[in-house]
Amino acid sequence: MNGEARVSREFSPVLAGATARRVLAQLRHDPRTIAMMVAVPAVLMILLRYVVSNSLVLNRVAPEYVGVFPFVIMFIVAAITTQRERATGTLERLMAMPLGKLDLLAGYGIAFGLMACVQVALVLVVSLTWLGITVPGSAVPMAVVAVLDAVLGMACGLFASAFARTEFQAVQFMPAFVLPQALLCGLVVSRDHMTPVLRWLSDVLPLSYAVDAMQRITASASWTSALGADVAVILAFTAAALAGGALTLRRRTP
Amino acid sequence: MGNAEPGDGAGTVISGRGLAARRGGLLVLDDLTFDLAGGQVTGLLGPSGCGKTTLMRVLVGVQEVTAGTVTVLGLPAGHPRLRARVGYATQAPAVYTDLTLGENLRYFGTVLGLRGRRLTDAIAETVTRLDLGGLDRRLVRTFSGGQLARAGLAVALLGRPDLLILDEPTVGLDPVLRRDLWSLFHGLAAGGASLLVSSHVMDEAARCDNLLFMREGRFLAEAPPAEILQRTGAPDLESAFLTLAVSAPPVPPVPQEVER
Repeated sequence: MNGEARVSREFSPVLAGATARRVLAQLRHDPRTIAMMVAVPAVLMILLRYVVSNSLVLNRVAPEYVGVFPFVIMFIVAAITTQRERATGTLERLMAMPLGKLDLLAGYGIAFGLMACVQVALVLVVSLTWLGITVPGSAVPMAVVAVLDAVLGMACGLFASAFARTEFQAVQFMPAFVLPQALLCGLVVSRDHMTPVLRWLSDVLPLSYAVDAMQRITASASWTSALGADVAVILAFTAAALAGGALTLRRRTP
Repeated sequence: MGNAEPGDGAGTVISGRGLAARRGGLLVLDDLTFDLAGGQVTGLLGPSGCGKTTLMRVLVGVQEVTAGTVTVLGLPAGHPRLRARVGYATQAPAVYTDLTLGENLRYFGTVLGLRGRRLTDAIAETVTRLDLGGLDRRLVRTFSGGQLARAGLAVALLGRPDLLILDEPTVGLDPVLRRDLWSLFHGLAAGGASLLVSSHVMDEAARCDNLLFMREGRFLAEAPPAEILQRTGAPDLESAFLTLAVSAPPVPPVPQEVER
């Protein structure tokens, strides 16, 4: 009895690493997807630069988008990848093998986390050099928050995919899960100007804290405790989404 | 059938007692009691939708069981220690089509606990057995139907499992490949492995050492092919199946509650 619990809950860094390598190899065989994951946020920033021509406004809003674009792209990529794993039967095969759920989730986390780092690095280099966007102080907090947002998007995508029976449904989670958050996160209208109900909704959605954190980074050169609180909330949402993902990854299905 | 106790005799590899399972709210396995001997190729035959896949899912531990118990290699089905000892191939070849064959085998081999030299050796042996040589660096999505089916089987064979659960591994394949696969299955059994192979094609029944005839979630017969022919007096196994299906007691109507 205890032995069974011990065996099934064991976490294996080797298997998590092997899973991460496998996910990255799948991406490597699909260069167009890699190109889109890495380049789309940067291209959107360039577009934003010309849509918002006023440099004062741009300096204020651009970091918010740096936090949102990687979230959105990672959400959709993770949701589709996991849904495909369920649909093709490879998930069932893995669940009949000595692979822990945590190994699988960690493998996905590592692979998409690395992709997020590349994605954010490119969007920041383009934004801070070519587009001339300035932040008070160093760019490190912005990079950290943007990567955490991307990882949050991945975790939410993994969780959401459990509710998609088809790839078609998984794609539609993008407008269904992500667009309401984009409207309520403070990107379109400041959260302070929302009616109480909308403000309350905004408070329980993870993307709001991503935008909030970016707003604090543009407001102050140093790492404030309010920024720390936002980052803690982002991490908590990530952990909750991954835990939800682990619960929905069932070995035995009816 | 079904008088032996679980684990009775060293040769029993799978035993079920009063096994029932629901899939999608419907009762798919209905009070099954059975014992399967090891070192043999056992054929699980029955029409499409009779519960073969659900039974196989129970044996590998990915199907929720409604009632009864199943013991596999002396442990409850789905026990973590069984996961490296039972090889499972689903009906659709569950491999990553966007990876090369080599990448697939290395990943699944690592998951099965093989490392370094043992992994390389196991892959080389499996590739030879399934005649997949030279395809190592090719993406699986470029494979022909037969190559894809063999790639799916390769993953199941990779860990040199004691028990192989193969869901319709030969259905839809060309006659030469089917013959080769059946001789591979018997070779594995001769080497000490036990195999449960499902099919809905009755002409494959004669190739098995032992048969489980299944219909509507119940077993019609559990015996070697010759014994079934003798008992029914039928000229071939297809007629034998039909004879048994007609003479079987009518299945009582199952209250089909929808659970979801």
